[in-house]
Amino acid sequence: MRKRTVYLDHNATTPLHPEVKKTLVAAMKVFGNPSSLHKFGREARALVEKARGDIASFIGAQHEEIIFAGSGSEANNSVVNILYCPAWKGCVGQGGLVKKRRIITTKIEHPCVLESVACVAASGIGVTYLDVDSYGKINTEQLKEEIGKGDVALVSVMMANNEIGTIQDIKSICEITHRNGALFHTDAVQAVGKLPVDVMELGVDYLSFSAHKIYGPKGIGCLYIRKGVPFCPFIRGGHQERGRRAGTENTLGIIGFAKAIQMRGVEMQAEAKHLFGLKKRLKEGIQRNIPDVFFNGHPEDSLAGTLNVSFAAAEGEAILLYLDMEGIAVSTGSACASGSLDPSHVLLAIGTPQEKAHGSIRISMGRDTTKDDIDYVIERFTGVIRKVRGISSVQGERQT
Amino acid sequence: MNEDWLYSDKVKEHFMHPRNVLSNEEGFQAGGRGVVGNIKCGDEMVVLIKVDKARGVITDCKWKTYGCASAIASTSVLSELAIGKTLDDAYKLSSRDIAVALGGLPEHKIHCSVLGDKALRAAIDDYYTRQGMSDKVKKEREHIICKCLGITDAEIENAVLEGARTYIQLQERTKIGTVCGECKEKSIKLMEEYKAKHFPPK
Repeated sequence: MRKRTVYLDHNATTPLHPEVKKTLVAAMKVFGNPSSLHKFGREARALVEKARGDIASFIGAQHEEIIFAGSGSEANNSVVNILYCPAWKGCVGQGGLVKKRRIITTKIEHPCVLESVACVAASGIGVTYLDVDSYGKINTEQLKEEIGKGDVALVSVMMANNEIGTIQDIKSICEITHRNGALFHTDAVQAVGKLPVDVMELGVDYLSFSAHKIYGPKGIGCLYIRKGVPFCPFIRGGHQERGRRAGTENTLGIIGFAKAIQMRGVEMQAEAKHLFGLKKRLKEGIQRNIPDVFFNGHPEDSLAGTLNVSFAAAEGEAILLYLDMEGIAVSTGSACASGSLDPSHVLLAIGTPQEKAHGSIRISMGRDTTKDDIDYVIERFTGVIRKVRGISSVQGERQT
Repeated sequence: MNEDWLYSDKVKEHFMHPRNVLSNEEGFQAGGRGVVGNIKCGDEMVVLIKVDKARGVITDCKWKTYGCASAIASTSVLSELAIGKTLDDAYKLSSRDIAVALGGLPEHKIHCSVLGDKALRAAIDDYYTRQGMSDKVKKEREHIICKCLGITDAEIENAVLEGARTYIQLQERTKIGTVCGECKEKSIKLMEEYKAKHFPPK
């Protein structure tokens, strides 16, 4: 097949949806500060609040339960920060949360959750990291046991994992949490806009998501805060977002976010079906052409567009860069590519041996991915793996 | 760094077209063979040499590497540097020489992925051993402590002599244990022994 460009890193970020781009260009003329009382301000305010309402109804929330943040990471940090608040003064919502001194999360959260949690741990909060099984699912019995020990303020479990795509049963995890008197947060950055998400149905107290993972602009995240639950602003010094997040609103980002959400409503369902089909084709193609491969993540409860695969005797960064030369963009859980020294914490948590984690590749498809793209990827992948294994010092029966 | 490629053009060239890759180990009939690294740590390489015994010169060098782009490129360029060198000169090749030949590498990549020089020294020592010239073997008297980076007890001793007193200082000088960390206890124990040997408490 002729060389083509295939972007398969949609879990890292997505291109702007053409409709979002149109909306952004049109909205660029709006420059007023939404807090200003004059015509310019009112015009911006109206657009921001319309966007908030549209986003709220997409996830079954009420208008005032939605606040905007600079990113999904900021939204996640803001929730963990609730436990950190030393003063518990001037905060929105009820106090008393700080009396409980424990947080429960999982070993496969995004680093923005893991590192915020490590930070509150340094201030004396007890942290429990739940294990996951070989598919990346948490064990609700372990959660029950840990939460049963008491003193738990918050449980934070991600809805869909960014690396392996595994989806957790958030509804039952949330029920267990509430039965034990704790608050529940989910990082839904990889889920909202890909899976149906309804905060009322799930019962969650906090839920974070982001625009740029779903064909919206970068630099805009969102946090759902259920009415009545405690909250402590992470960014202080302004009345914006009803005192819950200071800083002049990112008007353009918010408008683009709402448009992206609107388009998700139109496209999401058919797209998921399409992507599941492509994933099956890709998986079968890799299995057919390449020996010694291992698929990571849950076989069914997984994001439609995410496929994570490990190759024996081949290192991930080398695979990634050879694929890059073929016009194919993917990511890897190898230590080499991340700049850190350890391979992916998610792959290690599901029990992947280090050498297989170093040889892992994440393929994340999106709305533009076609059957021809996948056939091209299968073809080039086969050649690249053969090349990497041909150079590899690791011996075995894997030369194709 | 440019948008076309992550590393230097020279790295790209060697990565895309690696030189002297070993295809058939039995057919090659190496005079010496060296292995360094560990796939658990993400990098492992094998270097084989042929030597003109009369002149003491490396006439051929082949290799295989499990590792990232800079690990592949660095072993490839090392094979070019080694061929034609005397055993003594080849033994002196350092990771810096490799990085320079590649037109530069990011600092963190030099420590974790440039192991070819160590594999070459192991191959030269192996050659001496096979030739019954054990007196020439240098590594034989040393023991590799950090498997990931091929750091020996002699290097720990040197670092202590140069002023390392804590594990962090030892790591700053040698990068020991910065990959999988398995050797931490062993290297601390050795460091304490060398401290006691060279700087006994008064």
